[in-house]
Amino acid sequence: MNTNKNEHRVVLTGMGAITPLGHDVETIWANLLAGKCGIRPTEHFDAATFPTQFSAQVVDYDYRNFVEHPEYHEHAGLNTRFALGAARQAWANSGLDKVADLDRDRIGLYLGSGEGTLDFENYVATNLKAWDPDKRAIDAVKWAQAARGAFDVYRETEQEANMTLAHVAMELGVSGPAYNCLTACAASTQAIGEAYEILRRGDADVMISGGAHSMIHPLGVTGFNRLTALSTRNDSCITASRPFNRTRDGFVLGEGSGMVVLETLEHAKARGATILAELIGYGSSADAYRITDIHPEGRGPIGAMRQALKQAGLEPTDIDYISAHGTGTKENDSIETRAVKAVFGDAAKSIPVSSVKSMLGHLIAAAGAVELITCLLAMRDSKIPPTINLHEPDPDLDLDYVPNAARDRQVDVALSNSFGFGGQNDTVIIRRFDA
Amino acid sequence: MSRRVVITGLGTLTAAGVGIEALWQTVTAGQSSLDRISNFDPSRFDVQIAGEVRDFKIAKFVPKSYRKATKVMARDIELAVAAADQAVRHAGLNTPGIDPEADRTYPGSRSGCHIGAGLIAADLDELTDALATSTDDDGKFDMHQWGSEGMTHLTPLWLLKYLPNMLACHVTIIHDSQGPSNTITCGEASSALSIGESMRIIERGDADLEFCGGAESKLNPMAFYRQISTGRLTTKANDAPAGAVCPFDAEASGTAIGEGGGIITLEAHETATARGANIYAELVGYGGSHTIYPQGHGLEPDPEGKGIAAAVRAALRNAKLSPDDIDLIIPTGSAIPAYDRSEAAALKSVFGDRLGQIPLWSSKPYVGNCGAGAGGVDTALASMMLTEQTLPARINCNSPIEGLAAASAPSHAAALNHVLVLTTSLGGQNAALILKKA
Repeated sequence: MNTNKNEHRVVLTGMGAITPLGHDVETIWANLLAGKCGIRPTEHFDAATFPTQFSAQVVDYDYRNFVEHPEYHEHAGLNTRFALGAARQAWANSGLDKVADLDRDRIGLYLGSGEGTLDFENYVATNLKAWDPDKRAIDAVKWAQAARGAFDVYRETEQEANMTLAHVAMELGVSGPAYNCLTACAASTQAIGEAYEILRRGDADVMISGGAHSMIHPLGVTGFNRLTALSTRNDSCITASRPFNRTRDGFVLGEGSGMVVLETLEHAKARGATILAELIGYGSSADAYRITDIHPEGRGPIGAMRQALKQAGLEPTDIDYISAHGTGTKENDSIETRAVKAVFGDAAKSIPVSSVKSMLGHLIAAAGAVELITCLLAMRDSKIPPTINLHEPDPDLDLDYVPNAARDRQVDVALSNSFGFGGQNDTVIIRRFDA
Repeated sequence: MSRRVVITGLGTLTAAGVGIEALWQTVTAGQSSLDRISNFDPSRFDVQIAGEVRDFKIAKFVPKSYRKATKVMARDIELAVAAADQAVRHAGLNTPGIDPEADRTYPGSRSGCHIGAGLIAADLDELTDALATSTDDDGKFDMHQWGSEGMTHLTPLWLLKYLPNMLACHVTIIHDSQGPSNTITCGEASSALSIGESMRIIERGDADLEFCGGAESKLNPMAFYRQISTGRLTTKANDAPAGAVCPFDAEASGTAIGEGGGIITLEAHETATARGANIYAELVGYGGSHTIYPQGHGLEPDPEGKGIAAAVRAALRNAKLSPDDIDLIIPTGSAIPAYDRSEAAALKSVFGDRLGQIPLWSSKPYVGNCGAGAGGVDTALASMMLTEQTLPARINCNSPIEGLAAASAPSHAAALNHVLVLTTSLGGQNAALILKKA
């Protein structure tokens, strides 16, 4: 791999999250270890007749309780508001908020955040006013007339997927290299991996990374329902997210944000930072197979995991815990299991593999960052979060999925997987910091 | 020692046509391709002009076995797929997507793909056809009808047309590119950021070939309306589109939207020379930054352009060059007065008085602002300028901002060693690339 002796070691020094199970890391963690579930009937819109009527929503959250500059964010979309709360917490957790004379051009951002939420009501009304049923087409003249004054310029602009980034940069006042990647469900793991590469090569001293997303809106749920990707277990939503279970029937949409602070080891040491863990491996790959299906042998996930292990210089037996992508769709859980077996061989069955999506739902672009935070906490507390709702094992899925109850286990090295629709795959590996 | 990275294939789809040759011909002839919108009737929009890619059928740009998949391609995806096809052919590379029978140039594991994308707008005809099934007696939308029945009028794969990562996903599938893959969504800076990150991937040895750049189309009533409402587009040239966009000119009144795909192939210098590739330019510098200017509320730029200058300085440092080494600048040059002044201030702070001697050249008067595709188009053009040692015509600038070498001029020969390509986004991300004559 890379033999450049000048490359930097990269450590994690801060974390923050806003999720359906709480608005701070410790509350979320306690809920996850207790096997609590954040899923409930959807309230963001009237989903009463949708195939899926439930989701994992963030409740009673006000970003103004977290930010220093609420005046910058008046128009911010929902995902951006989640990001601001998580980023502020991560920033404070890292202690960087107390450091004077930061070189802010050397502090960058790499987010994997989603697009903002559509102004559904006005959008639909405008389209319908312009609909020509005979031609089965939009009349652009009528559309332009109907649109005039119907839309708020800020709300429209905020939908672009770089706006979360812009708000977090403004809130924290950081001006280094700034990116947003949107590789579907892999986005925030990818963002963290790419932020690590930027620090490793010396293009910044500190990177704030993670993701934020909400697709709990009418067209988001429509899109996933049409793909038959969501669970439709409306009679028992609290048990609907059941990764690796024989009766799993799809994932459950969640929302929120996870953010971490990454630094070069030199920078962290120089300021006496508390180091949570070292990031030692990142792998990214493309299935290059089909838009609709994952490669049946899992060649993309295998490639990402192997690349991350190689970069970390580890053997499969060195991994103590795998935070699975574990969405709860038939296909994902089968193929992920196959890919883990291919990469880890004989060691696979003795490595705990769990999915916190069983409790948090699937935060889409934000999922990977929140899951990496659970890996940091697993390492800190020597506790592995469970996969809940796993009462009926799938005979084809035979790994140790940490069913239903958290487990005490020392974790020195953890691996986190995220795989996106369309075949973008990312893996990161963290290790307990050892100077 | 990190590896050298070269540009070996240029693929563009713009209002000037399909392929880099068509674009090059247009810019050297000094003829704008902006025109009245034909994709929909723009007569009730405040802006009625744009740079449309016309006479373009995606089926010609994918292998026969892949034609079915074009049904799930939004316009942005089509532009990216076709631009990637053009780039691969221009580079003389073979992939399974070009000729599955012949030997491929690089194994899939050594090929990566980073593509910049924007917010993809849903096709309104398709969506509204389904929405219209769920209305009450007053013609108002009824969510209950939609949930129980209406949504089934949308094709099951509907969502997959609009995920930004699908640009890269289709390209990776067609060309069997299994290496590092990413989708960067940073507005107009997306392409240049994806090119810069691809450069780093090759430098550190994680791939030998990278597809990079970006594509976007905002020529959809909703997406177009969003752009108009930001106040960034000129409303004064609906009758004279060719003269609409006037970067750095006293008469500048805003920009125009262009559809654009700009994908280039990067290769490691060692593997490119081993296969005897044509090298159009070497990529020697890259830097990124974020503008912090909360006073602008997201719609106004920092008048001092500090963030933009930081990206340029980072790229110069990375290239181990001084400002005196730059012979030509391809800035964003959007012709939005406040943004032009911000960019000019940034350049002035880096290049000092010598800025007056460095030509500024903008593609916007020709093809408009191609959004996430803009940096790919500009990098392709910069590569051509270095190869041909020609500075194409500059148009629509009769009274440039003082101290800028931006005045209209015909195409002419020019000794070019280093070209700076600079992109800035609405939102504040900045990216600078430096290309060197091969």
